[in-house]
Amino acid sequence: MIWIETIVQGVLLGGLYALFAAGLSLVFGIMRLVNLAHGDLIVMGAYLILVVVSVSGLNPFFAALVAAPFMFTVGWILQRAVLNRTLGEDILPPLLVTFGLSVVIQNTLLEGFTADSQRLSMGPLETASVNVGPITMGTLPILTFGSAIVVILVLNWIFYRTAIGRAFRATSDDPVTASLMGIRPDRVFATAMGLALVVVTIAALYLGTRSNFDPYVGPARLIYAFEAVIIGGLGSLWGTLAGGIIIGVAQTLGAAINPEWQILAGHVAFLIVLLVRPRGLFPRAFD
Amino acid sequence: MALLETRGLTAHYGDFQALFGVDIHLDEGETVAIIGANGAGKTTLMRSITGVLRGEPEQIRHNGTGIGHLMPDMIMKRGIVMVPEGRRLFPSLTVEENLLIGGQHKGGRDLGDRIDSILSRFTGGPDPMEVVSGNDGTGVWTLDTVYDLFPILKERRHTPSTALSGGQQQMVAIGRALMSNPSVLLCDEISLGLAPVIIRDIYAALPRIRAGGTSVVVVEQDIGQALKVADRVYCMMEGRVTLEGRPDEISRDDVHAAYFGAPA
Repeated sequence: MIWIETIVQGVLLGGLYALFAAGLSLVFGIMRLVNLAHGDLIVMGAYLILVVVSVSGLNPFFAALVAAPFMFTVGWILQRAVLNRTLGEDILPPLLVTFGLSVVIQNTLLEGFTADSQRLSMGPLETASVNVGPITMGTLPILTFGSAIVVILVLNWIFYRTAIGRAFRATSDDPVTASLMGIRPDRVFATAMGLALVVVTIAALYLGTRSNFDPYVGPARLIYAFEAVIIGGLGSLWGTLAGGIIIGVAQTLGAAINPEWQILAGHVAFLIVLLVRPRGLFPRAFD
Repeated sequence: MALLETRGLTAHYGDFQALFGVDIHLDEGETVAIIGANGAGKTTLMRSITGVLRGEPEQIRHNGTGIGHLMPDMIMKRGIVMVPEGRRLFPSLTVEENLLIGGQHKGGRDLGDRIDSILSRFTGGPDPMEVVSGNDGTGVWTLDTVYDLFPILKERRHTPSTALSGGQQQMVAIGRALMSNPSVLLCDEISLGLAPVIIRDIYAALPRIRAGGTSVVVVEQDIGQALKVADRVYCMMEGRVTLEGRPDEISRDDVHAAYFGAPA
């Protein structure tokens, strides 16, 4: 029974990794931009929620609602003012610029908030749990996993059922022809980055409530996000959830065998998938 | 005033000059054909008109306004739409989605245009609120009338566009362009790679497109087809217009000389 419980914990942890990865997957899927600052943007989102909480006294869930439109605007401006200029045939400029952005965000947060660990407090919810038969599950991990499912459902709905989603897919296929249809790729990319940062805000909420964070934890989150995206197949959101679950389960199983193996087991699982399915579990048809 | 005209239009790819002072015009209700061999500059002319290649404002005029410097989306919103060479359908979209996207950003000025209008005061680019006008995107073409024009597309509307035959893909490309109810439709090599019977079907749609109030420019390598449908013909060679006239005014020898640079 302990093994089943361990696997369930791993699946729920996978929801958190999927949330970390969903924004990355969205941005990569639409504009082929590998955003090395993604993890730092999550940490920035967590600090923003922290500021809203301490200024207004709101519950972190409501604070995230306040932070989301702000983060959308940050993403929109970031894309229009900076990242659109880096996109093109050469894949190096976006990598260099987002790497630089990562350094800038970390140091700005360090200046503003010091290196002390912070945490978003959820009160009694942090320790609440539910019993399903013989298995005990934390309420917060269940909420995290549920949020990941909702985020992916909503993103898929936007992608496949709305006009802006059609514009996302058309621009991703062929930006020049999309512009002949009246679409401005730079605006579509800005909207996509804004949307990605709304997802980042949700990821930041759970990052901040489930563990401590400081200005430097971003890159470690980025690694899990990358692994989840690559395991899932670049650009596939359900694949990203599957990728998050595989890493999550590998980590909890590794930790159950030996606590030192937790992180290593996740990376090993990633390497095995990469060896067996180099294009990921659910690669897109057109790449 | 011509609906669309180019005046001394030049175009470059880096150091290579592709167009040398091209003058063409299209009047309302007309069908104009542009013929020429590979490399004559026909596609470059289309890319210039649609804003993919940008240049001096006054080298291209639409309803008397210089548009040579505008971005492709602004040109499209003014009502000049292209069926690109090679069809260029969006592979991730179904047939119906390809059609819908053609009409999605037509006419009008959207939120993005309003934001860019404010930004243009700082960046100095063209103000979309000023240049995007003259076409409200309403007219006869809707999903239903496009399906009426090409009934096979209705049957296959939920199929991925890549699963269609070449002729059907061309129908989607034409329908996609019509969905914005353009005043000018530019058709770049729409018969390329298609069987003669399919080409005939596609050209059979042209009278209905004109009846809907759209003026048409067809770019063709197939001289016979071009002369059959056009009110006027331009022949291009090496980036210049070498012949202009009505199909009944120009002889086979004229065309041969203008097309190949030597008499037959």
